[in-house]
Order: sequence, then C-alpha cells, then structure tokens
Amino acid sequence: MQEAETKNGFVNFTEKVGRLTVAGVEEIGMGAMMVVETFYWLIFGRREKQAVRLGAIAEQCVAVGIQAIPIIALLAATIGMMLAIQGIHTLRIFGAESRVTVGISFSVVREFAPLITGIVIAGRSGSALAARIGTMKINQEVDALYVMGINPVRFLVVPAMVAMMIMLPALTLFSDFVGLFFAGVYVNLDLGISLAAYADETIELLSVDDLMHGLGKSAIFAVLIAVIGVVNGASVQGGAEGVGKATTRAVVQSISAIIVTDMLFAFVVTR
Amino acid sequence: MSETPEPQETEASPPRNVIEVRDLVTHYGDRMILKGISMDVHADEIMVIMGGSGSGKSTLLRHLMALEHHTSGTMRILGQDIDELNNVELVDLRQKLGVAFQGGALFSSMTVGENVMLPLFEHTKLDRKTMEIMTRMKLQVVELGGFENLMPSELSGGMIKRAAFARAIVMDPKILFCDEPSAGLDPVVASQLDDLILLLRDALGMTVVVVTHELESAFKIADRITVLDRGEILFIGTPDELRASDNQRIQNLLNRVAEDDTMDAETYLNRLTGDEPAYRPL
Repeated sequence: MQEAETKNGFVNFTEKVGRLTVAGVEEIGMGAMMVVETFYWLIFGRREKQAVRLGAIAEQCVAVGIQAIPIIALLAATIGMMLAIQGIHTLRIFGAESRVTVGISFSVVREFAPLITGIVIAGRSGSALAARIGTMKINQEVDALYVMGINPVRFLVVPAMVAMMIMLPALTLFSDFVGLFFAGVYVNLDLGISLAAYADETIELLSVDDLMHGLGKSAIFAVLIAVIGVVNGASVQGGAEGVGKATTRAVVQSISAIIVTDMLFAFVVTR
Repeated sequence: MSETPEPQETEASPPRNVIEVRDLVTHYGDRMILKGISMDVHADEIMVIMGGSGSGKSTLLRHLMALEHHTSGTMRILGQDIDELNNVELVDLRQKLGVAFQGGALFSSMTVGENVMLPLFEHTKLDRKTMEIMTRMKLQVVELGGFENLMPSELSGGMIKRAAFARAIVMDPKILFCDEPSAGLDPVVASQLDDLILLLRDALGMTVVVVTHELESAFKIADRITVLDRGEILFIGTPDELRASDNQRIQNLLNRVAEDDTMDAETYLNRLTGDEPAYRPL
C-alpha cells in the first residue's frame, strides 16, 4: 500500500516536472516566434496591407523612454555617486584613490548604466506591457482585433518592441552621462579633482568599444523585456488575478533574464 | 423601347446563403466540442443560436467568426471557403464581418470615438475628417451621438454594448455577429438592443447571427433559430416551429425546466462532449 503511494508520488512529481518543462519550452518557442513575427511585420507589413504605424511607435517611445527619464536620472546619479564613494574607499587602502576614475568610467559605461536602465524599464514598461496584453486578452479585445482584420502582433507588439529597442539604448546613453557626471561631482568634492580634469581622464580612458558594449547589451535587454512581457500577457488565464500573476512573473523573469544575459555577454565579449 | 426587367427573387427561388457550414467538427485538446454541425445562414435574416450552458454555441460562434481552427468539415462565409484563404484574403473577408462581443471588448485606452474609428483608420485611406463624420453617424445610429470623446469606463453596460455595435457596423459589414447582446442588462435596455438589431437588419440590410440564451429576445428578433445541444444541432427552424416542437429537451429549454445538474466535474466535462448521458432519457 505504502509502496503504491510512493510510486504514485514519484509519478506525480515526474508528470509535474514534465508538464513544467513542456510549458517552459512552449513559452521560449512563443517568444522566438514573437521576435520573428515582429521583424516580419516591420519588413512585410505594407505588402500584407497592414503597415506598422509610426505614430504608434512614437507613442510607445514616449511611454517607454521619455516618461522614464526622471527615474533613470535619479538612479543613474545615485549609482554614479555610490561607485565613487566605494571606489575611493577601496583605493584609499592602497593610497591610489586618485585612480578612482578608471573604475568609475568602465563600471558605469560597461555595466551599471545598461543594467540599471534595463531593470527600471523591466519594472516599468515590461510589467505594463504584460498587464495591458493580459487585460486585453481577458476582455476579448485581442479577439476584437482579429475579427477587425488587425493582426495583434503588428498592432500591439511591434510598436512596443521597436520603441524599447530604440529607447533602451538611448536611455542607457543618458544614464552613462548622468552617472559619470554625478560620480565626477563626488570625486570633485572628496578628492578636489576638478570636473574638467575628471572629464578629460574619462574621455581618454573610454573607447567607442566600451560605449558600444553597454549599448549593445541594452538592445538585447530591450528584446528580452518586450518578449517576456508579451508572452506573459498572452498567457493570462482567468480574470484580474491572472493579470496580476502574469505581471509579477514578467518583472521577475525580465530582471532575471537581464542579469543572466549581462553575465553571459560580459563573458563572451570581455574575455 | 423595351426594357429588360431586373431578375427578381421569386417566392420559389432558394434563399442565398451567406454562411454554409458542413460537418464541422472541433476539439479542445482531446475533447470533441462540435460534432458534425451542418447549417446555413441566409442573406438578410436574423439567425439566433441558442442552447444551454456548454452546448457549444459560443464555440460555434467563434468558428463562424473565423477565430478558431476546426478539426474537419468545411465552412464557407460569403462564398469563400475559409480554409483556402491566405492572410490577406482573410483580412479582406473580416472587413465584411462585424462582431459585437458580449462584454463590448472596447479598447479601454481609447475614447469611444477612437474605438469606433479604428477599423476605418486601419483599413481605409479616408481623411480624418471623413472618418470622424462616419464615426459620428454610426454612433447616432446606436443613439450615442455626442459620446465620442468619453472613455469606455465612463459608459454604462448598455452604452458599452451599443458602442460595440457602432464599432461592429462602422465598415458596413455584410454579416454582423452578436454574442449574448442582452446578457447582464435590465429588460428595458435589453429590449432596446433587440430593436437595434432589427433596425440594423431592416435599414442596413445586414445578415445578423446572434448567440443568446434569452428566450424573449430570441423570439422577438429571430427569423430562424438554431438550438444546439451537447455539440450537435437539435433544431433549426422558425420561432413558430420551435414553439410547436414536441422534443422534450426543446420544451425543457422553452419552459425553463432544469436538467439534472448535480454532477461531479468529470461528468460535467463528459456531458459537454457527450461521452456520458447526463440527461434523463427522453
């Protein structure tokens, strides 16, 4: 009797693992299809009599990018100053605090600016995308698009993904400047190095490759955030509770994907 | 000078079918939902599809709207076999169909006017002024003139349904599908919507397919009624023929006699698919 129960438990566990694996693979497949469809509609939309509207992309650019400027500025300034504080504290052990600019420049441009920008956009716009598509799905608005002859991917996904692919690198660049500037302000206050000297050293240290390293990453983050938001939104089942779960899941998955991709990108490109 | 008279439809000539469904079979997963449905919808008629919960009427409507793929059978809408259409042809066909969803399905981020204008904006090259005029006209048809700048969240349930009708008819579709138009509305507003459906058929010459379980509404508007039962067609005919039917299940439906609903989940699912007889034998 007990043996049969243990066997049943094992079968149930295996079945659950199997189902979760299949669901995971299905989601990855759906995400890949979403990317392919996005580029298909961008390129062939006009031929299909459903060109992607520039107005919709501009609208999304404002929502994803312009409205995120204040929070990105605040966090970039904070990160820049934090790096300056920690950098000076650590280098002081070796009496090399004047070399803090090296650490700050590379850390901000190659790592912290794209990372913090990606995380903010994942929390702000990725979740909004999942919630929007999820709500539209349960309210039959996605069905309404189909029956009106409007492809939902072209109408909902393409503008959001393109806007993220434009705005995330742009915000990362903005974040670079803000982070470096406020780090410079702290260095000036603590070590007495003038802002002009700090700026000269930063420009001398940084190459276009360093800048592109950060911007390239941010473009990948943009695709990840959009795809994860859309897949979670499109998978919503049930009512408002389902939308809430999908939104939370989208944020957690996006941030995890950003951090893991960041490490992989650094490993592949830096080594 | 002799004029050749226009050919006129005589009483004897068969009605023109705008929808032809033959042996339609559909599955959700392993479960068979529709089990070989065959039916026609004639031009300019109001066809009401009725049935109890889980009878497959909503599934049938989703197939008629070309929203789902069927397992087997054929479906011709406005003379076109939907299995043979490519994407562009399907989009062209959909422009000739209008759908008023049960909950309205208005886009919450757009105003009422923008919602109604959306199909024009997407599928026509009209200038904005013309689109706005057409939108106002359609809103006036559903007695929502002047509401174009309100958001859907500012409308009552009946207004949302009427706005959904305005959006559904803005492209002057040949066929209008309505999913439970009276559901959740008070009797007066529900009756107004019935009048609106009749008006759309009579004034705009649309064929209307309505899914409903409201008997009063069905008898008021229907030219013909289809009754579905466990994924099969139990009856197709006029309201008078339906009333005269001596089929026990139809009489139960008309007289609101409850079937035995005390069953577990598995039995309920089996009842949907007809694998187990949950009804008392007739």
